[in-house]
Amino acid sequence: MGEQRGKSTQMSRRQFLVDTARTACGVGLLGLGIGVYSHRASALPADALRPPGALPEEDFLAACTRCGLCVRDCPYDMLYLGEMGDDVPLGTPYFHARKAGCEMCEDIPCVPVCPTGALDHELTDINDARMGLAVVSDEETCIAFLGLRCEVCFNICPVRGDAITLEKKHNERTGKHSLFIPTVHSEACTGCGKCEEACILDESAIRVLPKHLIQGKLQDHYRKGWEEKAKAGQSLVTPDIEHRYNLPEGVRYDHGGEGLIMDSVDPQESSNNAISILNKGLGEQ
Amino acid sequence: MAAKAFSEVGKEAIAAKGWLHSYKWLLLRRLSQFGVLGLFLLGPLAGIWIIKGNLSSSLLLDTVPMTEPVVFLQMLAAGLMPAVDAIIGVAVVAGFYLLVGGRVFCSWVCPVNIITDVAHWLREGLGIRGGARFSRNLRYWMLAMVVLLSAITGSMAYEMFNPVSILHRGIIFGVGFAWSVVIAIFLFDFLVSKRGWCTHLCPMGGLYSLIGKFSPLRIRAEQRDACNDCMDCFAVCPEPQVIKPALKGAEKGVGPVIVASECTNCGRCIDVCSENVFRFGSRFNNASVQVEKIMSEKESAQQV
Repeated sequence: MGEQRGKSTQMSRRQFLVDTARTACGVGLLGLGIGVYSHRASALPADALRPPGALPEEDFLAACTRCGLCVRDCPYDMLYLGEMGDDVPLGTPYFHARKAGCEMCEDIPCVPVCPTGALDHELTDINDARMGLAVVSDEETCIAFLGLRCEVCFNICPVRGDAITLEKKHNERTGKHSLFIPTVHSEACTGCGKCEEACILDESAIRVLPKHLIQGKLQDHYRKGWEEKAKAGQSLVTPDIEHRYNLPEGVRYDHGGEGLIMDSVDPQESSNNAISILNKGLGEQ
Repeated sequence: MAAKAFSEVGKEAIAAKGWLHSYKWLLLRRLSQFGVLGLFLLGPLAGIWIIKGNLSSSLLLDTVPMTEPVVFLQMLAAGLMPAVDAIIGVAVVAGFYLLVGGRVFCSWVCPVNIITDVAHWLREGLGIRGGARFSRNLRYWMLAMVVLLSAITGSMAYEMFNPVSILHRGIIFGVGFAWSVVIAIFLFDFLVSKRGWCTHLCPMGGLYSLIGKFSPLRIRAEQRDACNDCMDCFAVCPEPQVIKPALKGAEKGVGPVIVASECTNCGRCIDVCSENVFRFGSRFNNASVQVEKIMSEKESAQQV
């Protein structure tokens, strides 16, 4: 009797362990599946931009509850939530610059309403937002590079004159006109996307993309000589010694001009060959 | 007790109490489920913003923040310190369900419940038997997995999969392919596993069960002496294991309150009982049968 009872509890213990292991494995497998799927489905396509103040993408995906309050509080209805079937991480807010860029409201209503801080509440000046970075992506079709006046991206830019400037270049084709080249400055560009939205071409020649996809970075050790010079007030390297030609007496050299000039040459001693003159000069020394 | 045909369940109650009283709590529950959806939809459809957002996080009357506890837990596990609104929000939601019963969310609010109830009704009506069987504790394993997954991936990985939030967000913000989730859950509960999702798998149900562990609002089998063993309450209950101790525990000295936190407080047992055994009440005064008898004897003595 006692033995039997011992056996039955042993069996149930065995059963318990088997059941537990089975459950753990099953749930673990499901978890692995969800983990792999969610990882693959978490990639944000390059043309989808996050609302202002969004944390770096990894943190954003940890903090965003996908509630859509930012979408609701955007007065311009340019934010969307990723729907099932979209290539945007499910339920997270984004906008497409070409469709409608961020209007950069001064009170940034989408940010304080975010319950978790996935949109950072520290962002109070919309000019500090960095939703992406504009880049003139096609110099072949941008009509400014063709020498035509456009400047739509420059004019529509909410940080006009800072984020995009017009750099004058010589128009080689006409020989007498200027090109007004739109040039993006990353220290001022908020990535709002208005330039891409407004570009007059069928396909925009200026794009707003996530910063990490397009922005270069100098090596940390890199120093610009002219900046260091200005900072120090003087050159930090030994000044160049003044260049001079080692020419025989009575001979000068005019770079980019007449070439060798012989001031006082005895016609009888001279040869027309410059090399022989030089050799002769060396021999005399 | 021979199992009754599903179509016979509830007939006695209708005969005894009338149709309306035999569906009272079910109707109220549907009203609540669709009412919550309606409130969320009132903003985008009619421009009346009583509540904004969705079940994951929302803002009531532009002042009261609410955040869903499972989402909040994932955020913490992913290593993010949430902003104040989310902390207040989760306290509001958890506090509410702590009072009224954790799984009141499941039966009175969650939109997936409507789908799984329909699937169950069809399954039983068509007499589909068998299929996969899961432990009712699986939901706690699922909850642990969800939290662990967030910790490992550093993101709310489960939210890519969570049918509850996908469905609710789909209804409020645009469906996309979210209807495929509806079909998947429906087919799962209809063909694969009886009451598979809500009663066995859903980790949200797991957390809400834990939240409602000590909730004061409970169902009481107050008149359990009148039980005629028709078994209808067991047939309609999504968590039938919770009924037995309260209903049949008189001799063992177990009180009449359904204390198991898996009970969703749906009230369907109240509807379906022709003898009015069940009612909503508090978890307190859960005296065992002897005390009850003494009390009732005293009362009758006073009445005489």
